[in-house]
Amino acid sequence: MFKYIIKRFFMAILTIWIIATLTFILMMSIPGSPFNDVSDKTSNEAVQENLEAHFNLDQPPVIQYVYYLKSIATFDFGPSIKKPNDTVNELLGRGFPISFELGILSIIVALISGIALGVLAALKHNKIIDYMAMTIAVLGISIPNFVLATLLIQQLAVNLNILPVATWKSPAHMVLPTIALATGPMAIIARLTRSSMLEVLTQDYIKMARAKGLSPYKVIIKHALKNALMPVVTILGTLLAGVLTGTFVIEKIFAIPGMGQYFVQSINERDYPVIMGTTVFYSAFLILMLFLVDITYGILDPRIKIHDEKGD
Amino acid sequence: MNKILEVNDLHVSFSTYGGEVKAVRGVSFDLYQGETLAIVGESGCGKSVTANSIIQLIPKPAGKISNGQILFKDQDITHYTERQMRNIRGVDISMIFQDPMTALNPTLTIGDQLTEGVRQHENLSLKDAKEKAIEMLNLVGIPNPEERLQQYPHQFSGGMRQRIVIAIALICEPDLLIADEPTTALDVTIQAQILELFEKIQEKTNVAIILITHDFGVVAKIADRIAVMYAGKIIESGLKKEIFYNPKHPYTKGLLHSIPRLDQKNEKLIPIDGTPPDLFSPPVGCPFTARCPHAMVACEKVYPLRHEESQSHYVDCWLYDERVKHITKINIKPKEEYK
Ligand SMILES: Nc1ncnc2c1ncn2[C@@H]1O[C@H](COP(=O)(O)OP(=O)(O)OP(=O)(O)O)[C@@H](O)[C@H]1O
Ligand SMILES: [Mg+2]
Repeated sequence: MFKYIIKRFFMAILTIWIIATLTFILMMSIPGSPFNDVSDKTSNEAVQENLEAHFNLDQPPVIQYVYYLKSIATFDFGPSIKKPNDTVNELLGRGFPISFELGILSIIVALISGIALGVLAALKHNKIIDYMAMTIAVLGISIPNFVLATLLIQQLAVNLNILPVATWKSPAHMVLPTIALATGPMAIIARLTRSSMLEVLTQDYIKMARAKGLSPYKVIIKHALKNALMPVVTILGTLLAGVLTGTFVIEKIFAIPGMGQYFVQSINERDYPVIMGTTVFYSAFLILMLFLVDITYGILDPRIKIHDEKGD
Repeated sequence: MNKILEVNDLHVSFSTYGGEVKAVRGVSFDLYQGETLAIVGESGCGKSVTANSIIQLIPKPAGKISNGQILFKDQDITHYTERQMRNIRGVDISMIFQDPMTALNPTLTIGDQLTEGVRQHENLSLKDAKEKAIEMLNLVGIPNPEERLQQYPHQFSGGMRQRIVIAIALICEPDLLIADEPTTALDVTIQAQILELFEKIQEKTNVAIILITHDFGVVAKIADRIAVMYAGKIIESGLKKEIFYNPKHPYTKGLLHSIPRLDQKNEKLIPIDGTPPDLFSPPVGCPFTARCPHAMVACEKVYPLRHEESQSHYVDCWLYDERVKHITKINIKPKEEYK
């Protein structure tokens, strides 16, 4: 187990390094710089050169690259170019908790409702409830979250006025963004749960569980669901990544002061330290999540061993 | 001896997109304490459906018992509700399935799977249930039961798993054990061990066993009585020695001929030609007519009257009808015509 974690740790570092390098190459290759905003009165050439020197942007790319790697290694991305009063770490500290809240809330809602819907559909296979659940699922998969978000705002916030339109202040404010972000993953989870549940229900061990005289609750929850959730856990990593990026869009629509606004803004403004910091931070976060997913997988399925390869 | 089970004129059918499959068409038999009844027959003849309907484990709502009666210890359980059945399953009647590799839940420990039934039915504490589980594992011959309880199915071999399945089936001390091809998926030496285990258990607990198989080798080893099924009907039934030494039905004879024998090395195996009839519209007469080397016109038209060879041995075949003796020569149809 310990060896496995060490191995995963080095893999993670390697992955982050690759992501950081790719991001760096992309930043270098897109035209523009943080200081060529025409509307900015102060940006005469002398000032610009000074600034570039300050942020090491006058150095050759290789040197800049070394500086970047150093900032990643120390996890100190320095101050933002465009918001001189904030360091990147401060921006992350302010924005990420809100994004995290939205993301985790959405994943939890998606998991619970998706699994419930999927199990219900499987148990009522080919009945009205099944068809209804699957219609919801297809809609959920095919409607993009920003369209759904707009619809929700229009109907529930503007027309009916039962929920706030935007921002992130009270639980009521969280309802619409969470629904908008959770619906897609929920639909995917529901469909997957249904099909894997249907398959599991035909297995011999389910028949055996029934032959023991167990209650339907035990047969379904204890014997069937645990096995049926295996494929769901497998795609959880992908879903998490989707939700993570989804938060950027949803935050923009609902004017939520999460990490999304800073990130999008930083790309538009070529605010290199913020782009770099956010990308590396999010990569690290996602890698951690995927690791947790793998651990969960090992807990659910005893046949999968979470330790070194040679095993027994 | 106590009568444990009585099945009268059982009919089971499945409604499918293609129509109604009449899988079991009037099966009757009974079973006494400590006795082993073997149900044999080719694939698809309705053995499993018969067994599953006894504890109502046929897939619903597609499958249903359309007629007949199942009496368990003189109680009519044919139309018991799911809730009532739950108190019988695993407690009074247990079932063992063919493939031990798939019969155990891969994500739960052996201990959990062993004890959950007995805990639910007998309200045992975890500790008592565990003790009972260890006792059962000892009975079925699993070494180090205490450690083994913690382990998962994939940590056991096929033979071991079948022993565990048997332990699970027996933990509530049922009166009837239904074993649907319990040794088919195992290799020969393990097969023999499992059959010995059945014998040992029966001696100890006096449980009645219904053993479903298409292997006469298995039958020869542990059956007391044999019921031969064909196309949803029992076409011949008798004590083991009656069926082995004095088979009456051409189908039974055919089955016995198709067993490999050690004492007759050079003799070829003779499989029965043809395939069983379509169960969507089973023939009105004897279903074996089309494959029978002795088929007569009557066979195709009318289902045979039962011929009682002895008190314990009967056969559904026109060949043994008094009247046939006079017409045999004229009416025998060559088998070719039915192909
Ligand atoms: N769920 C079902 N739906 C429709 N038909 C079924 C179903 N289960 C069984 N049957 C039909 O019932 C008939 C008897 O099946 P059964 O499983 O009892 O055969 P069997 O004698 O146990 O054969 P085997 O030796 O292959 O296990 C078969 O023709 C099969 O097609
Ligand atoms: Mg079968």
